[in-house]
Amino acid sequence: MIRVTGQNTLRMVQELGDFALFSSRAFTAAVGSRKIGRRIVRAIYEQGVRCVPVIVIVGLFTGLVLGLQGFYVLNRFGSEGLLGTLVSLTLVRELAPVLAALMLVGQAGSALAAELGIQRNSEQIDALETMGASTHAYLISPRFIAALLVFPIQTAVFSLVGLFGGYLSGSVLLNLQSGVYWSAVYNAVQPEDVLECFTKAAVFGLLTIAICAYNGFNAHRRRGSTGARAVSASTTRAVVLSSIVVLAADYIITSLLVHKP
Amino acid sequence: MSAPTPDLDLFLDIRGVHKRFGDNVVLAGIDLAVPRGSVITVLGKSGTGKSVFLKCLAGIVRPDAGEICFDGHALNASNAAARAEFRRRCSYLFQGNALLDSLTALENVALPLEQTTQIPNREIRERSLEALRQLDLDKHRDRYPSQLSGGMQKRLALARAIVTRPELVLFDEPTAGLDPIRRNHVFEMIVKYQRQFGFTAVLVTHDLPEALVASDQVALLDAGRMQFQGTPEAFRLSENPMVCAFRDSSHALRDTVAALRRGETVTTEEEL
Repeated sequence: MIRVTGQNTLRMVQELGDFALFSSRAFTAAVGSRKIGRRIVRAIYEQGVRCVPVIVIVGLFTGLVLGLQGFYVLNRFGSEGLLGTLVSLTLVRELAPVLAALMLVGQAGSALAAELGIQRNSEQIDALETMGASTHAYLISPRFIAALLVFPIQTAVFSLVGLFGGYLSGSVLLNLQSGVYWSAVYNAVQPEDVLECFTKAAVFGLLTIAICAYNGFNAHRRRGSTGARAVSASTTRAVVLSSIVVLAADYIITSLLVHKP
Repeated sequence: MSAPTPDLDLFLDIRGVHKRFGDNVVLAGIDLAVPRGSVITVLGKSGTGKSVFLKCLAGIVRPDAGEICFDGHALNASNAAARAEFRRRCSYLFQGNALLDSLTALENVALPLEQTTQIPNREIRERSLEALRQLDLDKHRDRYPSQLSGGMQKRLALARAIVTRPELVLFDEPTAGLDPIRRNHVFEMIVKYQRQFGFTAVLVTHDLPEALVASDQVALLDAGRMQFQGTPEAFRLSENPMVCAFRDSSHALRDTVAALRRGETVTTEEEL
């Protein structure tokens, strides 16, 4: 048992080292890579534009539910006027970055892991390596750069749509004065809240893309599974790990950035 | 094993290459000498490690032991410059073609030039179109690999392999899954472009008749080692038991089928 624990620990440490190297190489390889702009645009489309409908729908319903729940809770204390404060701070500080990242894991992250896994399986990555091309510069770097650019914007969209959802349930459905709602939103959200939101978005985006790309890229190294099963296993692992890491990173960043009264 | 004469200008010199996967020893000391400008075919049954051998040459799989010298320079992990030089001068034709399915035919052919050279875009396009034209694919330049037939995909992979004007091309089962007519056509293409561009070619295949016609030298890989290397004529005349078994497999099949038709009991090699 001690031996197995030791072997697993060593394997984990080795994999963490591999992951760190993989991620750092993805950044450094981008420098001077030819036609990388075109690949970044494509990655922005895949990771950003294609995810917008999901982000809008989930953001809207999150805001609607927050508005509804918040209204009745605050109503017990006669504080419905604080609905805008509750919805905006909950969304901007917490729910928008986390939920947007989880949506992204499910849509862009899983697609990325599966695509790279299939490329590995069909020797497309080997082909790039044998021709002397940098696989990191060609396949991974554009996704990293796109993630840095796109995730904060998506999180902002999620927040705005969520605030609108809170307005719909609070003001349109439950008759809270719209001026009261929007002025509470305006007064509650401070620049440091927006900074926290964007910091989280950028970190979650990078972590998600790095984990999904790493797992897809190394699909052939999974023990006990080959071919299509290796692709499915690596995609599942990428999604599960990314989700856990996003939540863990959320706690760490929140504990570092939380604004104490 | 028949060795090539020592005064040959060796482009690739492979000595004692070993590779194992867990307990499975695939290559148990491979030696192969590849003269410059020649077409050399590595023959062998399925599962004898021909593709692993070729991947060791290309650097996709790292050998456990042994030495691979390319144009006088050892290729190993510590010699990154030699490895990079090898990649610049070498192309690899994968068994499954390994075309990038999200790129068009033209983009696939242009890819190695775009990613590994500083050639201007206009020249890249001209050279890629020329490679497509040489392989009768210029009408299909905007199609994706999935929209091309198997033979066209093979030609496209060959166009991508020659567009960089390599000095060494490694062909992994270039005729796998093709009918006899297309198989002949692929071998014709290999010989034609080898003559035209003068590259050195290393093929692995189990298509014996075509290999004997198209190659300057053949080698037989079995039981993890090269059991034979020599000219096609020497292969035809060899009395090496492994060469005989491989060479005469079609006769053996004919005898087995005839015996089965006569109602006799036959024990196949696999059953043994």
